[in-house]
Amino acid sequence: MPAISTASLPDIVFMLLFFFMVSTTMRETTLFVSVKLPEATEVVKLEKKSLVSYIYIGPPTRTYSVTYGTEPRIQLNDSFKSLDDIRDFISSERDALSESDRNQLTTSLKVDENTRMGIVTDVKQELRKASALKINYSSRKMVPN
Amino acid sequence: MARPVGEINASSMADIAFLLLIFFLVTTTMNVDTGLARMLPPMPDPTVQQDQQDVKQRNIFTVLVSKSDRLLVEDEMLDVSQLREKAREFILNTEDKENLPEKDIVDVPFFGSVPVTKGVISLRNDRGTSYKMYMFVQNELVAAYNELRNEAARAKFGKLYDDCSEEQQDAIKKLYPQRISEAEPKNVGGPK
Repeated sequence: MPAISTASLPDIVFMLLFFFMVSTTMRETTLFVSVKLPEATEVVKLEKKSLVSYIYIGPPTRTYSVTYGTEPRIQLNDSFKSLDDIRDFISSERDALSESDRNQLTTSLKVDENTRMGIVTDVKQELRKASALKINYSSRKMVPN
Repeated sequence: MARPVGEINASSMADIAFLLLIFFLVTTTMNVDTGLARMLPPMPDPTVQQDQQDVKQRNIFTVLVSKSDRLLVEDEMLDVSQLREKAREFILNTEDKENLPEKDIVDVPFFGSVPVTKGVISLRNDRGTSYKMYMFVQNELVAAYNELRNEAARAKFGKLYDDCSEEQQDAIKKLYPQRISEAEPKNVGGPK
């Protein structure tokens, strides 16, 4: 039996490589808060990632809990922020979009499941004031039993 | 004068490519973001006088989640497992009861003139409610709507709502409009 030619192996591997390179999305923000998303069965997919801005709410991770305590905090982009910063954050996110997409801006709330609703309600009120009305409560898909 | 260039040995190419491939395989996260989509109500205009309660009491299905994560549905304590059933009953109102919502006759494509409920589900929570519980309640309410939509889709088109065409989905959406209002924040468990 002749040996199988492996000459095309690099080509195959390269093809796979390109596939993964293209489909990869590397995490852009480092999380300062630990977020364990709640589970839900009736979830929908979040489409058009470029129109989505994220708000993380949860207790600071261990490295930061010394400075920031263990109470849930808000993270926007790459830093801890307070409630008042949300409006600026939304308007800057909105400015980054093209004019036709501006009213399509979706805010994805990634909130830790052990957070109390108080801070979430405050954030929601801020979003209403900034008229970013389209929101998405991020949650993990749970298989209904 | 050109010096003969020896052919570059390409046998290690596969190894290099493999290495890169493994790197991308490991770093790739192909998770799709999922969640419950919601629209927040717009901020009330302070210059406009608010209409006092233009929705009748029978058309509102109040769900209160207290700070100890307990449910008060239509002024009755209720277990979360019963919420879906209760919400269905409210939306459907099959026997046209007095205390359940009124219906409008609406022209819906594919379905013709059908009664459509005017009910609104109003969800209220305390500042102390846990997010987990809040999401669970939200999920149950959405599930009630989705169940009804699925049933309508199966009865009419013989397939699940998600498999229907866009027009069919729109029609079903009109038949069972999802009206969940996240009311203005208010403290439920007594004064602050």
